[in-house]
Amino acid sequence: MERTSPAAAAMLMYRRDLVLAFRHWDQVAQPVVFFAMVTTLFPLALSPELGELRQLAGGVLWVAALLAALLGLEFLFRADHADGTLEQMLLSGQPLALLAVAKGAAHWTVCGLPLVLVSPLLAISLGVPTGALCAVMLSLALGTGILSALGAIGAALTLGLRRGSMLLSLLVLPLAMPALIFGARAIDMAIEGEAARGPLLLLAAMLVLVLTLAPLAVGSALRISAE
Amino acid sequence: MNWTWLHKFASPPHAYRLAGRLAPWFGWPAFLLIVAGLYGGLVLAPADYQQGDAFRILYVHAPSAWMSMFIYATMSVAAAIGLIWRIKLAHAVAAASAPVGAWFTFVALTTGAVWGKPMWGTWWVWDARLTSELILLFLYVGLIALRASIDDRDRADRASAVLAIVGVVNLPIIHYSVYWWNTLHQGATITKLGKPSITGEMLWPLLTMMVAFTLYYGGVLMLRLRAEILRRERDASWLQKELAA
Repeated sequence: MERTSPAAAAMLMYRRDLVLAFRHWDQVAQPVVFFAMVTTLFPLALSPELGELRQLAGGVLWVAALLAALLGLEFLFRADHADGTLEQMLLSGQPLALLAVAKGAAHWTVCGLPLVLVSPLLAISLGVPTGALCAVMLSLALGTGILSALGAIGAALTLGLRRGSMLLSLLVLPLAMPALIFGARAIDMAIEGEAARGPLLLLAAMLVLVLTLAPLAVGSALRISAE
Repeated sequence: MNWTWLHKFASPPHAYRLAGRLAPWFGWPAFLLIVAGLYGGLVLAPADYQQGDAFRILYVHAPSAWMSMFIYATMSVAAAIGLIWRIKLAHAVAAASAPVGAWFTFVALTTGAVWGKPMWGTWWVWDARLTSELILLFLYVGLIALRASIDDRDRADRASAVLAIVGVVNLPIIHYSVYWWNTLHQGATITKLGKPSITGEMLWPLLTMMVAFTLYYGGVLMLRLRAEILRRERDASWLQKELAA
């Protein structure tokens, strides 16, 4: 019998996860709605003055996106764990780290990408000038990628635990703080009309590092949790 | 090469007895050095020309901050050893260390706040060091919470080990990004506070306290390790014999 190559297996996994996700539109929409709602809370809580909101926009967008992305992480491996798919993944002989990359990528497409796509709208509502929208999208695209990778470690570790979602935020948020610092800073710099290249490049470097190391951690965490 | 002597350390009965024998050898020197260091720091050392007597909190604050990082490193190394070579005792060391490290982090934060009140006029400043210490506390809490919420001992050990290793890879990134963030926001006025070149009279009590705290951790680790072994091996026959003797 011919063996499926690892790349083909990863591709299949990615497509399967997308198909499954888009059969539950409500789940895909939830993080986006949450993102929009949390962002709306800030003008209500602080001030409707666009000039003041503009100064806070970077931080507000990032914190809201971070929380919204956390919301979806819990479902990353849960269904596969519940119906035994995860065990089949472990037994398939395919490199688990690569399958984890595929699952993480699918999760980002479903959960991170929509946040990036709606972020310009929310940014404008916070008084961000149109010249800075590109930096907003770029920093959130890199940031949600980092969060999906870090979050996958947390999701794999807390698989099947009681009160797992609370624990997941506790584990992932401290690890995501550097990304928050650089991401929010990039947006701030773009709003002030400076070049946001520096923090964006640092974010990109972080993403590369996380993409290199996180799959290994996710693989071993999945193995531990599934036993 | 013959490695049996090394394997002996990994056996719970041997470790249990060894830890019991070693504990006083850490504990007593730690006690004596803490007494000497406190006397040197609180009585012998001259008052700081700028900060007066308030600087003396340094003798608890700096060693605690040192321990918070030292214990995290120790714990991660132990966790990695446990994960790679599947040595259960190493996991027990990591499990016994985490709460001690978290507590030292908490002490460093509170003494930092108490020191900040007379120096900076507020209890809390978003200073780079204080902030990274706070994030370190969150990492400790996450580790302890993860271990506590997994019922299966073996899974708890290995999951915590993975998390500890992820944390230790992240710590330098967190530290430097926080540093960068802070220097952009408010300049490096405060970070220099703890670092003026200090005289010998002020320095030796500090070094004494650092050694003393490290020894104290060693002593507490031995006791906690014994308790951890008792908990893990409670059904083992050697333990029944050991306790009956």
